[in-house]
Amino acid sequence: MNPIISAKDVTFAYPAYEGEASQTVLDDISIDIRPGEFVAVLGHNGSGKSTLAKHFNAILLPSGGTVWVAGIDTRIEDKIYDIRQTVGMVFQNPDNQLVATIVEEDVAFALENLGVPPAEIRARVDDALKSVGMYEYREHAPHQLSGGQKQRIAIAGVIAMRPRCIVLDEPTAMLDPRGREEVLATIRGLNREHGITVVLITHYMDEAALCDRVVVVDNGRMLLDGVPKEVFSHVTILKEVGLDVPQVTELAYGLRCAGYPVPEDIIFEEECVDAIAALLEGRHVDHKN
Amino acid sequence: MLKDITIGQYFPGKSVLHRLDPRVKIILTFLYIVVLFAASNPLGLLIGIFFLIVAYGVSRVPPRMILKSLKPVLPIILFTTLLNVFFIEGEILWHWAFLTITKEGVATAVIMSVRIACLIAGTSLLTYTTSPIALTDGLERLMGPLKKIRFPVHELAMMMTIALRFIPTLIEETDKIMSAQKARGADMESGGLMQRAKALVPVLIPLFVSAFRRADELAMAMECRCYRGGEGRTRMKQLHVGGVDAVCTLFVLLCLAGVIAVNLYAPPLF
Ligand SMILES: Nc1ncnc2c1ncn2[C@@H]1O[C@H](COP(=O)(O)OP(=O)(O)OP(=O)(O)O)[C@@H](O)[C@H]1O
Ligand SMILES: [Mg+2]
Repeated sequence: MNPIISAKDVTFAYPAYEGEASQTVLDDISIDIRPGEFVAVLGHNGSGKSTLAKHFNAILLPSGGTVWVAGIDTRIEDKIYDIRQTVGMVFQNPDNQLVATIVEEDVAFALENLGVPPAEIRARVDDALKSVGMYEYREHAPHQLSGGQKQRIAIAGVIAMRPRCIVLDEPTAMLDPRGREEVLATIRGLNREHGITVVLITHYMDEAALCDRVVVVDNGRMLLDGVPKEVFSHVTILKEVGLDVPQVTELAYGLRCAGYPVPEDIIFEEECVDAIAALLEGRHVDHKN
Repeated sequence: MLKDITIGQYFPGKSVLHRLDPRVKIILTFLYIVVLFAASNPLGLLIGIFFLIVAYGVSRVPPRMILKSLKPVLPIILFTTLLNVFFIEGEILWHWAFLTITKEGVATAVIMSVRIACLIAGTSLLTYTTSPIALTDGLERLMGPLKKIRFPVHELAMMMTIALRFIPTLIEETDKIMSAQKARGADMESGGLMQRAKALVPVLIPLFVSAFRRADELAMAMECRCYRGGEGRTRMKQLHVGGVDAVCTLFVLLCLAGVIAVNLYAPPLF
């Protein structure tokens, strides 16, 4: 299948302030995102994750190289609204993304901008609100909602455009654990049930562990790209660039360094429990002998 | 503490007046103002008062809200009353030194005060029964034709909507910053006017910085959702003028007709 987002040799630098050299923020990044994938993007602060994400729906245009969205070069100006309809974007702070004073009006915002007929807007808004589980709140004011609920409304506002892909830039960073759980469940549901491609930028390793694919960005370069088990097995590389690994991976890594035979690809708690149980039982047997 | 501030004075409800199309409501409010100013004799004004009583009754807005709406204009009413009572010439009722009260003065004073009171109570009813967002919406659509002369109708309405959306957010933020500054030992409650104004600076600066950051992010989020101004934009909620609107309009027109009839046939006051 053709990739939904394809970046080839993308470099980017923000316009420099007067008298300063402009710094390259993205350096020769190539990546293909295939339809239906659930991709996590990791990287420490300032590594260029947000900058990369903004290339995926033509908010930023590459200084060098090319980005295609559903086969369309993002530099083609006439197609910009097709591109933004194909790839929706959700940001970190839900408060700064909601435009209207009533939930359903906010979800309708994108469709109103696109000139969709009123009856269809109504139907699509209701669908979008149901798919994030916020239909009962359609007449509330945003400031009456919790952070997680607001973020789900922001997601609904993007989903209403029926995008094929959504890019979420640290959507859970400002939420409490419960809000985080709500939002993650919503995103997973959209990916599994509606087949929407998801690019999730996150600082939480346990979120990344649940994705199909993990991409690690460091100083504007692609460092690692693979399934979570593979990426997190590079504990030393990740630590070098200032990233953590899931806690259980860290534990297994520690055990391995201390000379215990533990598998390298532990990323979930259950796996770790099993491995340690096996280890203890094994030792038990050793003692008997 | 800042949370108590309400935006506008909307009184949520489901009455006939609440369900009225905001465009119709705005126009009817203007018509009511016309009624009040057309009424040049007490009988006409009685029609105006009668209308007000019916309207407040139907709306289920508590009558004490009438008094609340009148409070800010009380000085103006008093001032015009005094001017009218003492400065209109005519049949002298009472005289002392340079002060004279005339029959015409008293009559005009009463009429003017009733008129102003009705005007304020009537227009307040518009804001009591229409949410700010519906009001904005109604105004945007009523002013639609002005787009032809390049008046930025959509932009103004958008600004209003965003302002309404962000007022609670910014109030909450102000509260937070104030608490943070107080926790650092800032004193905001004592001292003279200058000192208090100065104490606000450490609150206002972070508030402005954050407001600009929010504006920046909001603009980007709007771009992501294909915002490109008012051109080619549709609306989810269509406004419909229905039976209720027709009945209410009829009622206001009847009042207007009544006032005109009274003006023509009832003997003038003077
Ligand atoms: N609007 C801008 N103008 C100039 N430089 C910018 C701008 N936005 C980001 N940068 C710089 O680009 C670099 C990458 O920023 P970016 O926001 O993409 O990082 P990030 O990986 O998303 O970081 P974080 O995890 O903090 O969100 C940083 O060094 C940052 O200072
Ligand atoms: Mg970022």
